[in-house]
Amino acid sequence: MSTRQFGARVERNVDPKLLRGEGAFVDDIPLPDALHVAFLRSPHGRAQIVSIDTSAAKRHPGVAAVFTSDDIGALDVEMPLLIPHPSMKNPKTQRPLARGDVYYVGQTVAMVVAVDRYTAEDAAALIEVEYAPLSLEMDLAKALTDDAPLVHADVPNNLAAHFIQTSGDPDDAFARAEHVTKITVQVDRSTAAPMECRAVAARWDAVSGELTVWDGTQAPISVRGGLASVFELDEDKVRVIAPDVGGGFGQKVLLFYPDELLVPMAAMRLGRPVKYIEDRRENFLGSSQERTQIHTIELAALRTGEVIGLRDFFLHDTGAFIPYGIAVAQVASTSIAGPYRIPNIFVEFKAVYTPTVQVTPYRGCGRPQACFAIERAMDQLAEELGLDRFEIRRRNLIAENQFPYERDGLLFADGLKVTLDSGQYGKALAMAAAELGAENFAAEQAKARAEGRYLGLGLACYVEGTGLGPYEGGHVKIHPITGKVYVNTGLSTQGQGHDTVFAQIVADQLGVSPQDVIVVEGDTKAFDWGVATFASRAAVVSGNAIHKTALTVRKKVIEAAANMLDVDPDQIELRDSAAWVKGSNRFAPLAAIATASNPLRYAFNKAAQAATQFAPASKHDGPPLADGQAPGLEATDYYSPSRSTWAYGVHGAIIEVDPGLCTVKIRKYVCIHDCGNMINPMIVEGQVLGGIAQGIGGALYEHLDYQADGNLANASLMDFLVPYATEIPNVSILHLETPTPLNPLGVKGVGEAGCIAVGAVVASGVEDALRPFGALKFHQVPLSPNMISHALEQVGY
Amino acid sequence: MARTMKAAIPDRSADAEVDVSMTVNGEAVSRSVSVRMLLSDFLRHELGLTGTHVGCEHGVCGCCTVLLNGRAGRSCLTLAVQANGYDIRTIESVAAADGTLHPVQQAFKECHGLQCGYCTPGMVMNIVARFEEPGKLDLSDEGIRDLLSGNLCRCTGYLNIIAAVRRAAELLGRA
Repeated sequence: MSTRQFGARVERNVDPKLLRGEGAFVDDIPLPDALHVAFLRSPHGRAQIVSIDTSAAKRHPGVAAVFTSDDIGALDVEMPLLIPHPSMKNPKTQRPLARGDVYYVGQTVAMVVAVDRYTAEDAAALIEVEYAPLSLEMDLAKALTDDAPLVHADVPNNLAAHFIQTSGDPDDAFARAEHVTKITVQVDRSTAAPMECRAVAARWDAVSGELTVWDGTQAPISVRGGLASVFELDEDKVRVIAPDVGGGFGQKVLLFYPDELLVPMAAMRLGRPVKYIEDRRENFLGSSQERTQIHTIELAALRTGEVIGLRDFFLHDTGAFIPYGIAVAQVASTSIAGPYRIPNIFVEFKAVYTPTVQVTPYRGCGRPQACFAIERAMDQLAEELGLDRFEIRRRNLIAENQFPYERDGLLFADGLKVTLDSGQYGKALAMAAAELGAENFAAEQAKARAEGRYLGLGLACYVEGTGLGPYEGGHVKIHPITGKVYVNTGLSTQGQGHDTVFAQIVADQLGVSPQDVIVVEGDTKAFDWGVATFASRAAVVSGNAIHKTALTVRKKVIEAAANMLDVDPDQIELRDSAAWVKGSNRFAPLAAIATASNPLRYAFNKAAQAATQFAPASKHDGPPLADGQAPGLEATDYYSPSRSTWAYGVHGAIIEVDPGLCTVKIRKYVCIHDCGNMINPMIVEGQVLGGIAQGIGGALYEHLDYQADGNLANASLMDFLVPYATEIPNVSILHLETPTPLNPLGVKGVGEAGCIAVGAVVASGVEDALRPFGALKFHQVPLSPNMISHALEQVGY
Repeated sequence: MARTMKAAIPDRSADAEVDVSMTVNGEAVSRSVSVRMLLSDFLRHELGLTGTHVGCEHGVCGCCTVLLNGRAGRSCLTLAVQANGYDIRTIESVAAADGTLHPVQQAFKECHGLQCGYCTPGMVMNIVARFEEPGKLDLSDEGIRDLLSGNLCRCTGYLNIIAAVRRAAELLGRA
């Protein structure tokens, strides 16, 4: 195996299993005698609970137990605030089951455990709850006013957090400005909508005292720590398994959702396995959402178009609780200047409580909102200064010789100063222009207009801080029987192809095929140091940890093989699952080397015979394992990034708008993308394409339609419009590979990249397409046919 | 946690039951099940065929697609009792007995047509059904999008699935 695997389009190891229907998602795991959970959820946005009567539900045939906040003992407390931050004065988190008050439609009020889900739902409907509805305010800006109804009685003005960051001297920049442009833009609330909703199952083994929890989570190790803490169990007695997980996109990184605590509790109390499989409606009502932000952004520019200052003030909707701290707003505020130099920045946000389900990161995590704000502002500035949209960006992009480019005073989500580490921003923009045919577009546009068709060019640049710490680990072990390589890390996978990209990294070091590298993650019994899968960090943090570990194992293999083959270590090369003496036919298979590295008493195969005590080659000049020596070919190591590494890209599109039907059709979509060295370009493209599709959803279709009374009017996939294949255009992706200097593999994250720029591209393109009708403005996404119709009406069309 | 006495827990609901018989992946099966049991739950939990997934339970996402008498249908909108007497095929029947992938599955693997794999069985069943219909396949961009228009995928952005359909047509000599 001399071909380099890093960088190759290796097909995925996991695919055959998933394609044959042999995946093991939480609800696929057989749990004999399992009981099933259904929740009673609040029908009110804000109300007091006057009384709850569960007697009829308890009597219902097939019901094992009914729980309210009165019945859950020590669990009846507010769940953890995961990321504390001084900008939050009185941070609120939710109780597993409502006590006294409900704060959003869908909040869990009672839990029924029954023989099957059908029965549990029937019984939930028999629970009588009397509510006293309270007034509420759904509008973000109004919620901050003095006379607005409060979500939490002790949080004035519904102000959850207030934070200001400054870089450089923005006041001076605005004083020096020759032109200032200002716009207000809005991104609406959406949801990750993973195809598999959330799911939790638990089994309590009273004999061994072990709690096993299967959880479709992005953070199994963190969930394990939390459960051990809540249930006061030794960590070793709690095993959390995130088996195959059907998409996550951030929604599944939050812990805890109420069910993640209540299901294990019920399993322990009832002595039977218990399962909760969230249904689609519950996923809309009870699982985290994101995106609503309203930015008012000002750019201070010179007449040349050079932007010397930026001021941004935004409102961030955090829902009724703020368990994930200010992460989303902080990422937005630190991404606000995009790939541009803009040396003077003032960015302020207010996070606002609204009577809705909590807001925590959804793929993009504040970046799409920041990108929408800065890119729409750049378009407006270009228009006001009479500059081309490509040209104004060209004049402001950070140049290659300016890296690392620091933004003093802006702290990213890792608590460290924003430092854009590397890139070829100008080249990416030029590639986008070429791929879009920007030079000839004006002629094409004119020709189309003459035929009564309205084409527009949309454009946006983005940056993405990736690879957040604190750390991840890797464990690599060569199996003595099969010679296959086992690799573990502390993440879980929701379809990103970890098992293949990590295998590629290891394969190169150990001279094996990626198919012979078996990656096991998402199980705290396999590896239990680490954090979670989020923030486009798996390849960066676990990838480098596994790389470092593989280097150590490589060294061990070479030393052991040199010993066995009686040559100097530098005469050994690793390929085809064996160690070879260079330039000869002499070799030792990895399995044999691994076996020989483990002093044996019992011989169970031919290779093992050579490792037993009485074998001729056996060592007799001291103990079989010298002091400090470990058996086998195995190592564990960790990687902790010094800071985040910043990926970037440029997206563009040719968009056609039908002013009669107010429809938007993307004729051509171009993505120039740079995530540093690509471990597997096929998988990178898959991540980017998936992100773009979600971005198109967010740009045109996906809008959570909350009513003034707090009810979500479109809590189903029938009404919340996730794009089908029919809505997704062909996309051309071109790669740049600028290795980051920050980690050994030179990789940056890619998970969120695709979705960030799409809203800005679409709005930019629609504006351009409709220019013959006047200077119509599109400052809000999703950009609906109604908005186009309204804008056209304004100009008398 | 101290060991406590095992609670008395019911083991069945009060639902009326009905006998159902059908052929599933070539085998005759008979069970007595709740009258309101969905076909998806019957396949998954009564028969252990968990490859059929459930993504929305309202017939929109297509994850639960199985073949009913050769036609693609939503098992989450079908009661088990409605399938009485039917010939049902699920994702578990698609690959060869030795695990060799069907050309549609092989094409998904080659084209990176899946990520999390949750929607994939439904996608594959829908495509297999269409490929088994006689007549010419419309393998244009629009034609394939139309073929896939009853199945949601949240990971891939569909383009690799479109490529997989085209590749499957090649592998099956239908291109």
